[in-house]
Amino acid sequence: MSMATATTEERGGKRSIPGTPVFDGDAATRGYALNRMCYSFNEASNRAQFLKDEEGYCGQFGLTPEQRDAVRNRDVLAMIAAGGNIYYLAKLAGIFGLNVQDVGAQQTGMSVDAFKQMLLDQAED
Amino acid sequence: MAQIIGGILTSHVPAIGGAIARGQQEEPYWKPFFDGFRPVHQWLAAQRPDVAVMFYNDHGLNFFLDKMPTFAVGAADRYRNADEGWGLPVMQAAGGAQALSWHIIEHLVGAEFDITTCQSMLIDHAVVVPLQLCWPGAQPWPVKIVPIAINTVQHPLPSPARCLALGRAVGQALTNWQGADRIVVLGTGGLSHQLEGKRAGYINADYDRFCLDEIGPNPDVLARDSAVDIVELAGTQGVEIINWIAARGAMGADVRELARNYHIPISNTAAATMLFETGSSLRAAA
Repeated sequence: MSMATATTEERGGKRSIPGTPVFDGDAATRGYALNRMCYSFNEASNRAQFLKDEEGYCGQFGLTPEQRDAVRNRDVLAMIAAGGNIYYLAKLAGIFGLNVQDVGAQQTGMSVDAFKQMLLDQAED
Repeated sequence: MAQIIGGILTSHVPAIGGAIARGQQEEPYWKPFFDGFRPVHQWLAAQRPDVAVMFYNDHGLNFFLDKMPTFAVGAADRYRNADEGWGLPVMQAAGGAQALSWHIIEHLVGAEFDITTCQSMLIDHAVVVPLQLCWPGAQPWPVKIVPIAINTVQHPLPSPARCLALGRAVGQALTNWQGADRIVVLGTGGLSHQLEGKRAGYINADYDRFCLDEIGPNPDVLARDSAVDIVELAGTQGVEIINWIAARGAMGADVRELARNYHIPISNTAAATMLFETGSSLRAAA
């Protein structure tokens, strides 16, 4: 029994799920530099270095212009379009004290309070 | 002879670790989730396992995308936790059940699972938060661990059916283990949630209920969907259910559900906890 398939379509031979980026080989290839930079943020000293000199730090990792703009604009959907993986982007968000609910709110165009309420409204108990 | 005494399946949301660090377990937002661990604590206090075999996924702490194993089995005598970048306190290391790890590795490769073996491996919140939930405040952790990491990050992911088969092969290795260990199997992650894209915040309680109802008696029905099917059904991170499916496979054919808890939301996640007694412990009690 598969309950999936109702909302999917095949696009260019690849499955497309609305609003749902699937981090596959294409994305992993496209996003490598950005994700490698974000992986470096596991180290506190690297987070501090990014805050001190963002331009220089991004330069060290060879971000594409699209990735650099997305980071400069703090635009999560654009980072994902540029191949960013959310687990790595979360480390970048953490530098600014933002968590996955802040990031969710930005991507859905909601206020953080509205995003949290949307989740609370799904409670069953 | 070793004994598989049971299994625990639980969400591993990082925010849970933050709530523990701040002592928020009794606050209204958190209490419905933490209360789900009371039966787990009672059961663990009575059953006293020595080893936890833990199926989980790494989130960019140990594995970067430069080398991404589909299945990775820890073979260390100690596993350190480390800074993941967004403020969780770094927790104490966990001891590794190293001889059992190599026994599992021998069995898995013998069974033609082409795994990666890791003599050095950092454990992230997907291991540490469940340890904190099961044994709050324990120092050191009262179990040694065998961490088994499944790729849920970079597609193509292993199929749910393959994860179930991997788990079953681990279960066979555990039943053949000559040590006297009392072994508990853990599967961490899920249930439905999605962090990225315009569908961020997606939760599917119907699919979660299906998983909770079927994973004990009929795990094969969960394995009929592909990993991408599950992404659609449960969200991009809801696919972590494949860690549960693998863990369920390792518990053996016969399980009895002792407790479950399902609560929406914890952060962006439909959070759940299940406790199973296994066939071998059922026979021992009879």
